[in-house]
Amino acid sequence: MGLPTDAVVASRHSKRRASWSSRSGLAAYGFLTPWMLGMLLMTLGAMLFTIYLAFTNYDLLSQPRWIGALNFHQILQDPNFWTSIRVTFIYVVISVPARLIASLLVATLLNKEVRGIGIYRALIYLPSLIGGSIGISIGWKKLFDVAGPINSVLKAVGLHGPVWLGNPRTAILVIVLLSVWQFGSEMVIFLAGFKQIPGYLYESATIDGASAVRQYFHITLPMLSPIIFFNLVMGTISSFMTFTQVYVLTDGGPMNSTLFYVLYLYEQAFQYYHMGYAAALSIILLIMIAVCTGFLFLTAKFWVKYDV
Amino acid sequence: MVKSRPVTRSVIRHVVLIVLTFLMIYPILWMFFSSLKPDSEIFSTTQLLPSTWTFQHYLDGFSGAAGMNFGPMFLHSFEIAAVVVIGSLFSASLSGFAFARLNFAPRKFLFGFMLGTMMLPAQVVMIPQYIMFHRVGLVNTFVPLMLPSFLGTTPFFIYLMVQFIRGIPKDLDEAAVMDGCSTFRLFRSIILPLTKPALITISIFSFYWTWDDFFGQLIYLNNPQLNTVSIGLSMFLANMGQTQWGDLFAMSIVSVIPVLVIFIICQRYLVEGIATQGLKG
Repeated sequence: MGLPTDAVVASRHSKRRASWSSRSGLAAYGFLTPWMLGMLLMTLGAMLFTIYLAFTNYDLLSQPRWIGALNFHQILQDPNFWTSIRVTFIYVVISVPARLIASLLVATLLNKEVRGIGIYRALIYLPSLIGGSIGISIGWKKLFDVAGPINSVLKAVGLHGPVWLGNPRTAILVIVLLSVWQFGSEMVIFLAGFKQIPGYLYESATIDGASAVRQYFHITLPMLSPIIFFNLVMGTISSFMTFTQVYVLTDGGPMNSTLFYVLYLYEQAFQYYHMGYAAALSIILLIMIAVCTGFLFLTAKFWVKYDV
Repeated sequence: MVKSRPVTRSVIRHVVLIVLTFLMIYPILWMFFSSLKPDSEIFSTTQLLPSTWTFQHYLDGFSGAAGMNFGPMFLHSFEIAAVVVIGSLFSASLSGFAFARLNFAPRKFLFGFMLGTMMLPAQVVMIPQYIMFHRVGLVNTFVPLMLPSFLGTTPFFIYLMVQFIRGIPKDLDEAAVMDGCSTFRLFRSIILPLTKPALITISIFSFYWTWDDFFGQLIYLNNPQLNTVSIGLSMFLANMGQTQWGDLFAMSIVSVIPVLVIFIICQRYLVEGIATQGLKG
């Protein structure tokens, strides 16, 4: 029995390699089965089903009945729909930029290795870690209670605090504040982004005599712009989805002043079982989100620098 | 003095940071200390610390004295979250491996499609999903909350896995394949053990998102026997008397403890996961 020559070994290896790549083709579908099932059933199939439902009248008990575009006609004449659009847009337009600015400012403040910086970062991040939970929303609700600590502090300095959640003007503000309070996750992304900016950019700018403020606006912000953009897009999408906080804090009141879109969608689907109507609402939501993010992507080429 | 300026600046920086940090965590501190105050004291004083400390609210919440027993609810929430963690690890590791390492014709297309679904808001598909689970009689069970995780419905986890596996040197695979290693063994014995950090990150996020989930539990669970912590807290808020804020705060605080504990233990993985989202996304 002679040892196999190099050529034999090589040919055997290349055979194995060839069979490996064709075998791996089949194996790939095996590995992807769970995901493909989910995609076909829970995502793609569900999307198509939503589109179908939007043209039907369906209450879960009887069969869906085809009614053409009637749902969409009714939605356009539904005052609650327009209220929810207005409320949601006001919220998105205020809370997304406010949260972005807060996270950028605080990240800038925390981007210095001073003593105890890890503790500051962790504690400031804490609200965004737990702030989305029901428990914290409940605390927030009592924080802004008529007799809650916010009003007690205002009273102590001689101000008369409003009935925060009972007043249409201030109720949405409390929900905005709850969101802005959770700027920590964007802040963490910005902090990671600061680390990726090459140090030599600042060194040469310093040699050229650029002030720290100038460096911030001409190096830091442009270099961070892809991350700012990412946070802007994700923040916009998730703001459209706001539900839990509203459900706990105001449940749409007072006088529909916090009737957020998804809350209205939830009521139509799961309180009145207007499944067809709600499906139409969810398609409109998807279109609104697509248009808004599409618009953001269009603006991106004017201010997002991908290759500095 | 020239020398004192950096010191002054550093003091100012610390003062600003301390004030900011205190403002940020004040709501949580207020809630925490309120849960340790007698009910009469919660809204009658501006003092943060209780003048009399009491653990009664915590005992009430778990003994049913508050009108609801939160013990089983915590178990339910844990049960759902644990299964979802397993499901997420299962689907993300399998599909992540396939996308990162295996050659098949529509790989690029499917991967692009997967990334596209990352932006798809869950609320858009929840109505048909609800109807499907309703038709097969699975509403009022935990299945609708658990099953999707096994089917890779959180594309972010798959993406995280793909990114991580791409960072593992390919020499390893080639050597293993030459030694006659099957594709599954390559996955199971060589790649999977190396992805531990990514698996931990996925576990943390899937646990958090399930533990904090409210919408899904609200629509799928209508049976008091199946209440989770989120549902229990919101029902308690809706039905309680004016004197039970202490109990409610106590249970709210307990509800965030698992999240805090995981944060303290796994901070590094968590921060890396969040950063991945923004830097490579």
